[in-house]
Amino acid sequence: MAKVEITVNGVKHSRDVEDRVLLANFLREDLGLTGTHIGCDTSQCGCCTVHVDGLAVKSCTMLAVQANGANVVTIEGMAKNGALHPIQQAFTECHGLQCGFCTPGMIMAVAGLLKYNPNPTDEQICHGLEGNLCRCTGYINIVKAVKRSAELMSGKK
Amino acid sequence: MYPFSYVKAKSLKEAGEFLAAHPDAKLLAGGMTLIPTLKARLAQPSHLVDIGGLAELAGIKEGAGKLLIAGGTRHHEVATSDAVKKAIPALAYLANLIGDPQVRNRGTIGGSVANNDPAADYPAAVLGLGATVVTTRREIAAEDFFQGMFTTALAPGEIVVRLVFPVAKRAAYAKFPHPASGYAMAGVFVAETATGVRVAVTGAAPGVFRWKEAEAALGRNFNPAALAGLAVNADELNEDIHATREYRANLVAVMARRAVAQITGK
Repeated sequence: MAKVEITVNGVKHSRDVEDRVLLANFLREDLGLTGTHIGCDTSQCGCCTVHVDGLAVKSCTMLAVQANGANVVTIEGMAKNGALHPIQQAFTECHGLQCGFCTPGMIMAVAGLLKYNPNPTDEQICHGLEGNLCRCTGYINIVKAVKRSAELMSGKK
Repeated sequence: MYPFSYVKAKSLKEAGEFLAAHPDAKLLAGGMTLIPTLKARLAQPSHLVDIGGLAELAGIKEGAGKLLIAGGTRHHEVATSDAVKKAIPALAYLANLIGDPQVRNRGTIGGSVANNDPAADYPAAVLGLGATVVTTRREIAAEDFFQGMFTTALAPGEIVVRLVFPVAKRAAYAKFPHPASGYAMAGVFVAETATGVRVAVTGAAPGVFRWKEAEAALGRNFNPAALAGLAVNADELNEDIHATREYRANLVAVMARRAVAQITGK
């Protein structure tokens, strides 16, 4: 067992965790933050994407102990004071989801992409979302939602 | 995952000593290969010794015709580093093709070369540029470092500290990724270096290798047309459900031409 102190969505949590527990399981089972999904368990689908110290990572491919002392943001940390994050707003407007299972990971991956490239081209969006699988949409509306996110985040209504 | 004990190393020295005392311990850096391997129960280490975030393994430096990249440098840092883009743009381009953004945010160059996956991208650049692998014990030339599938010259407990890349005059990388995994079905790194043209191939064979015939042909005439009629020996390549060895041999030739064309613009 290891003692970890991890800040998640601005709240510091101290817990004892088994060394082999994955960050995704820690978030879901220890903290009850079930917005972070586990889709494939083989590090491919990206449903479990969260931000660790500002970088998008697959939380199913990182141990909770590796996040000791880190600042983690999950999908639950995106909306502020009841208002959707602009990326969540854009996915809603553009119908960027059908079943919604991949959506938390998509949104966290998009947030990671837009941080480095606030105005990506279609090609850059596709390359930037290579770590996230969606089995419903065919990605067309997801790409639209990313472009709309970029507009909303740059202040365009 | 089978149970293991996690140890956070405070220094390379401490990590090396721990590994020497615990033969079944494994190093953990980015974990982008190791953690999926553990999840699939393909390995059962006694301990994971975490060297992620060690200051000794951080930093990119350029000078005197060389580019130094510390072992703990993440793929995303290499892909976006101004120093790398200026000195060896092909290396930044290659780093941006590894895995996906989330993997590039965690995976490290030292971990990738130490793992020596036969379909990984970095070994092509390390061998193609004639880089030196600096470890906690010695300096190892790329030719001596890579020894076939998942095998390197690293001794137990020896840790990759940095990669030293001689800055090439011109270089390019062309990759045909597997459509699902993104790993190289064939990746060819071509470099025009101070000691001549080097062509390194990853993904196609059990380990990264130099294609000497292509090097000789390009040394005479640095042009995609110089590769016409040349082929790697298919008998020595991998065959699986994704591609026959003949198909891979063709991919190697096509990727080599594309890499040269990236450089010459033809």
